Parts: sequence; structure tokens; C-alpha cells
Amino acid sequence: MTKILVVDDSNSIRDMVSFTLKSSGYETVEAKDGQEGLNKAKASSFDLVISDVNMPIMDGITLCQELRKLPSFKFTPILMLTTESSGDMKQRGKAAGATGWLVKPFNPEKLIATIKRVV
Amino acid sequence: MSIDLSQFIPSFLEESFEGLELMESSLLNLEQGDDETINSIFRAAHSIKGGAGTFGFDNVTEFTHLVETLLDEMRDGRREIVQGDVEILLESVDCMRLLIESIQNDTDCDDEKIAITSSLLTQTLDGSVSTPVLDDATDNYSSTVKQNNTSITWVIEFIPEHHLVQTGNDPLFLFNALAELGSVEIEANSAELPSLNDMDPEELYLRWKITLVADTTEDDIKEIFEWVEDECELTISQELAGQSSEPESVKSEPELSVTEQNISAQQTEPSPAVSEEIKPAPSEEAVPAKPNKPVSPVASKPVKSKTDVGSIRVGVDKVDNLINLMGELVITQSMLSELGNDFDLSKVERLNTGLEQLLQNTKELQESVMRIRMLPISFAFNRFPRLIHDLSKKTGKQIELVLKGEQTELDKTVMEQIGDPLVHLVRNAVDHGIEPTETRIANGKPEQGVITLDAYHQGGSIVIEINDDGGGINRNAVFEKAVEKGVVEANSSLTDSQVFDLIFEPGFSTAKELSDISGRGVGMDVVKKNIQALGGRIQVESVEGQGSSFKVNLPLTLAILDGQLVRVGTEIYIIPLITIVESLQTQKNLINRVSGDMVLYRLREDNVPVLPIYQLFNLASDTTQVEDSLLVVVEADGQKVGLMVDDLLAQQQVVIKSLNDNYQQVEGISGATILGDGSVAMILDIPGIINIAQNSSRSNQYASANPEEVLP
Repeated sequence: MTKILVVDDSNSIRDMVSFTLKSSGYETVEAKDGQEGLNKAKASSFDLVISDVNMPIMDGITLCQELRKLPSFKFTPILMLTTESSGDMKQRGKAAGATGWLVKPFNPEKLIATIKRVV
Repeated sequence: MSIDLSQFIPSFLEESFEGLELMESSLLNLEQGDDETINSIFRAAHSIKGGAGTFGFDNVTEFTHLVETLLDEMRDGRREIVQGDVEILLESVDCMRLLIESIQNDTDCDDEKIAITSSLLTQTLDGSVSTPVLDDATDNYSSTVKQNNTSITWVIEFIPEHHLVQTGNDPLFLFNALAELGSVEIEANSAELPSLNDMDPEELYLRWKITLVADTTEDDIKEIFEWVEDECELTISQELAGQSSEPESVKSEPELSVTEQNISAQQTEPSPAVSEEIKPAPSEEAVPAKPNKPVSPVASKPVKSKTDVGSIRVGVDKVDNLINLMGELVITQSMLSELGNDFDLSKVERLNTGLEQLLQNTKELQESVMRIRMLPISFAFNRFPRLIHDLSKKTGKQIELVLKGEQTELDKTVMEQIGDPLVHLVRNAVDHGIEPTETRIANGKPEQGVITLDAYHQGGSIVIEINDDGGGINRNAVFEKAVEKGVVEANSSLTDSQVFDLIFEPGFSTAKELSDISGRGVGMDVVKKNIQALGGRIQVESVEGQGSSFKVNLPLTLAILDGQLVRVGTEIYIIPLITIVESLQTQKNLINRVSGDMVLYRLREDNVPVLPIYQLFNLASDTTQVEDSLLVVVEADGQKVGLMVDDLLAQQQVVIKSLNDNYQQVEGISGATILGDGSVAMILDIPGIINIAQNSSRSNQYASANPEEVLP
């Protein structure tokens, strides 16, 4: 079963992303900030990471950089979930090693269609 | 596939309110703020916008976008943080709250206020970096709306950089996505593939040429390669007889009919409705379903949570503790039932231990369940920094607010209802308590006044203190006013605290001028009523020239009450412990009989009217003589009365059952409870009883003085 790590500091967004993924038959693990996400990533393996950018404690960009340093996450797709669709934010994500990005407000169907591009 | 996310609306709303509170308190601290503060404000706005967009709350999204843009400029240093902007942002927080409340309650909100603030925001944003009202996300969606309805042959050359796979992208998925647009033919070029020895398994050496036949635009194709466009060389070109490079410009009539046939050939189910006549505009029918169709928000007409009964977010530790205790209870239960299987007298001791354990378990479980409803009082306190900020701007007084004991926990319902009275007390402290700056300087006090809010537990109740270091209550002014209003006799001698209590009388205000902050003459009596309705009480202390202190005593919860059980005849009543001043055995020489049935009992310097419960509820009691009874002196509305009872029984916690829910409201009774032996006992409503007594004594007087007068 495809296992996805969902990292977002907003409970409602995290719940919704997770719910959408579970409804489509994915397994999810949630984390509420980058640090928690990193800890959970180290403790297990994932097929995909979906992370918010702007979070307390550790932001999504740093999380992405840290994940890429882990051997088991070298090729794992990492998608940044953000409303900041400006080129700048996309570039920062890419520079940190992100696979791509998802823009909020997300639509569940669109989310599923998009992640099918990477898993 | 349709996924309904409307179940998440309540949690989004709750989170938004938390976000707004955080924004507000952070904005107030922004003066000495740092990057992290502005970042957290931005983050809160950002989350609200994100959620609102998902649920299709467009007015929230649009408004918050403006706020977010302004914050973003502050955040990355494009805009200096000036007080004026902070004020606008505070206003904006109010507007966002209005908008979200209107979603929660399914009502309309003050559009005018929002329009004004929104134009203020726009004005502020103008003259600096201009930003589109909608962000790229929306643009992307709109760009997926097809203008073109012809199948085009696209040739895509895709030369990825060697490290592409290390970003988690896999060309296979890109090709799959392309295949969903139409039919694809993929040719791999392995010319660059090194020999096996030189090959790095983590690198990508292939390049591809993809031929895509699809009714799609260049933008759609680019979108698929969006994530890799910087890590590859990508050329997209069209292959069509007589084509131009712009895909949109190929829509000439003859080509249209040609491609129409292509589509029919391609589709397994050509729509019979597409006849020759409607060809010029067949786009809707002809466009095959695609995963990235124009995006509509989750619910265009969001499901309003009318049935939302409110929710509490509870720390996991509290729930874990509950489960733990539940486990203990189960163990005790199984031990007791085992004991019961073959019980004989030799096991009495074990039974006693078991019952003790059960008592302990129950008590802990009760406390633990109560804790779930408890929230730190900071939920009620956190509105005050903003209030003080606004008030001190309005009055020109410099005021520092000190909050203490913010972690003290209080029942959620009590918290919700104590908010307004507290606001009134704080407004009052600013308006009547703290002196104008000049007066303070003249009196040798620091320019800045201090208002302290403190909360702590005391016994089974919570105490909230509102202190100010202002001018204090002017005893003489209060007394004169009371005489003028006819509340007291001019020659009556009152203690300081009795005089201060007069400010809680209806219609009482000593403010020389009415202001729009407080002091319209209504207020303190309402504050007192509200606090009493919660089963609490309020006291005031004041030293002239040094300040005043209001002390609010509240029960920790509304579900359980500390009660004194009393017996009248065969009935048992419960008197709320918080109202009891003292209980005593009457002494004959202290009993005074005044006119009619009225009996006064001398309690030190007070004369306390005696209220026989047996009369009130028409019961047969042990005695009708005051001198043979016990008196429970209770206080409510600043009025002490002695309740005449036959016997004092145990003090215990009782669970309050509403009479309203189960029967109907009864005067003098605030609820009922079930005692240990299974019998039902009534809980006395002390303020209610005092009212009844006062009305009946008044009507007796009226009846004797003016027989014709209708009862008030």
C-alpha cells in the first residue's frame, strides 16, 4: 500500500489532505511541523511526502533539505503544499530538492490526479 | 470520484478563530516584534485563506488575500511596520472574525465594515507593490479551461538532466500524465547511455521524443512538465498541415470539421447529439474527460454547520488519563463481582477495600472527566490586550495590562459566560479606575496605570481578580449618590464594604460624565447578576488614591455543585456551599420580632431576616419556632438571610439535574439531584428565594397600607 507522509501545521488542512488520500486508498502518516515530519520519516519509509512550506519549528523547505540527506529519501517524491504559487517559492522548493508542488486551495480530485504523477 | 470535505468545516472554523486570536495578540506585540512574530501572523492568515479557499468561502479568501499581501510585504522587509498599518490589520482581524462567524452562524455580516476595511487595505497596498487579487493558483485553473476543441499532433522533445530522478521525479509518471491527455507515442533515445562500467545507477541518461495526439493546449502540456522544466530541455511543437505556432490560432472552420472527425474516430462513444448543425460550438461535448478539468472548489454552496453543537479540543494526555482510570475501574469492578459470586462474612474486609477503591476510582474519574471540559483561562483573558490597546487609544490614558494565572483552568461554559462581565469590569477599571495622566502625575503616581488580571483556584472555586492602581472608589460620592437615588437613608451608618457594594445597585453610576466606554448607569448590576447566574459572587475592595480590586468567585463547573444537605421535616434540600456565610444554633436573646411575621436575627452588627423554609414550601417541620431551629445564613445580591432548617446533614458534591429539562422551572429551586439512597433532593436557588421573601414581605406591607393597590 502506498504510504504518504502529510506534514502541515494546520489541523484542518492536514485532516483534509489525509482524508482525501485515505479515501483514495492511500495510507497516511501525519506530522504537524517539519521536525515531527523528519522524525517520523527517519522512523519509517514513505512513498511520498506532502508538506506545507510555512510551518513553525521547522519549515517545509528545511524539511525537504533534511530529507534529501537521508539515503532512503534520495529518490522519494516530495511535494510542497502551498498557496504561495509565486515562482520564487517554487524555486526555493526545487532548490531544496522538492519534486514539485501542489497549490492550495486544493481540490480533492485535483490532489489525487496530481499525486498520481509521482506515485 | 467525489470526496466530501464539508465534515471538516467545523474544525476549520475553530482553527480559524484560534488563528485570529493569535494574529490579534501578535499584532499587539508587534511594536517590539521580530521576524518570528510577523511570520506567525502571516502563517495564521495564510492557513485561514487556504482553508477558506478549499471550502469555497470566497469572501473570506478574497479579504484574507489582501491581509496576507500586506503581511507578506512586511515580512520580507518591503514595507516598514508602522502603527497605522497595524491598526488596519487589527481592524482586518475583526472583519475576518465577522466573516467567519457569519459562516458559522449562517447569517449575514456587516458588509459595510468589511467593504471599508477592504478598501483601506487596498489603499495601503496601492502605491507599493501591486498584486493581483487572485493568486497564480486560480490563474492556473482558469487556464485549463479549453478554448481549443481540435486534436492536434504535438511533438515533444524531452531531454532531462542526468540528476532528474534525484528530485523524486520519474519520467514514466510524466508520460502517464501525457497519455491521459490523448494518444501518445514515445521514442526513447539511448545514444547518451554510457557503457555499463561508466554508468551511475542514480543518473538518468535517456532522452525522449513524444508524439501526442490530443485536443489540448501547449499550457496543458507545460503544466505536466511544470515540476521539471528547470531540469530538462523541453521543446514542444505542433505538427499540423498549414499550422502556425500558436495553438489557439488554428481554429479555422475547415480544420475544425476535419478534426471533428478525428475526435469521433478517437472516442469510443461518439455523442449522437453532436450533429453537423452544432459543430461550430461543440466544445463541451467533444472534450474528453480529463483529470485536470477546471477546478471548482469542494462545495460551491458550502454546507453550513447549523447543527454544530460546538466542540472542544482536548489534550491527548487528558484522554489517556481517562482511559487509564477507566481501566482501573474495570479492575475494581471485576474484583467486586468476583467477590459477590460466593460471598461470606469472612470477606467483609476485602469488600470494604474494594468499595474504597471504587470510591477512589469514581472520584478520580469524575475529576478527570471534568478536566476535559476545563480550559485555561487564557481563553477568556486573551481578548484583553486588544481591549486595553483600543481603550487607551480612546481615552489617552497610558495603561499597562498584567495577566497572571493564565493557565488556571475553568469550565468551558463558565468561561464563555464570564467573558462579558470581565470585559465590563476591565472597561470600568480603565474608565473610572485609572486617572487621567495629569492627575496621576499631580498625585505623584507613575504616568502609566496598571490593570492586573489574576486567576487562581481557591477551595472548590476559581477566583478572578481585577485590580487597578487608579483613584479608588470615592466612598462619599457613592454614599451621596445612593442617598440621592433613595437606595439608603441619609443617616444610615454603613461600613466601607457596604458602601462599595452599593455600586452594584441597579441604575447606579457616579461617573460625572457618561462616556462611550462604560458608565451608562447600567452595568455593574448586570455584571453582578450574570456572575450570580453562574453560581458565583463578586466582592469589591478599594482604597482611595490607591486603586480598587474586584474579586469574582466562580464555581469550577456548572455540572457539579458543592452542597450542604439540610433537612426540613422529611424533606432534604441542598444549599449551594458558595452562598453559605455561616450556620448556627439560634440563641433566644438575639431574636427580634418586628411587624407581623417578620423575624430578625441579630448576627453581630447585622440584622438578618429569618426565612422559614417550611413556610416557603408548605411543609410539616419539626418545629415552627425560630429558637428551636438551626439557621443557615446565606448571602445573595448583597442581602443576607437566615434559612430556618431542622437539621444540618452532610456536605457533599452533587450532580445538578436541570428541572427545566425534566419538568419545568420552579421558583426558588435551581435544580435537583439524586442522593446516595436514590431519592431526589431539590437544590435551593438562594437569590430566587430571597426575591420571593422580599416580594411577599413587600406585598404584605402594600396589602396592609393600600388595600386597593395591585401587586407589583
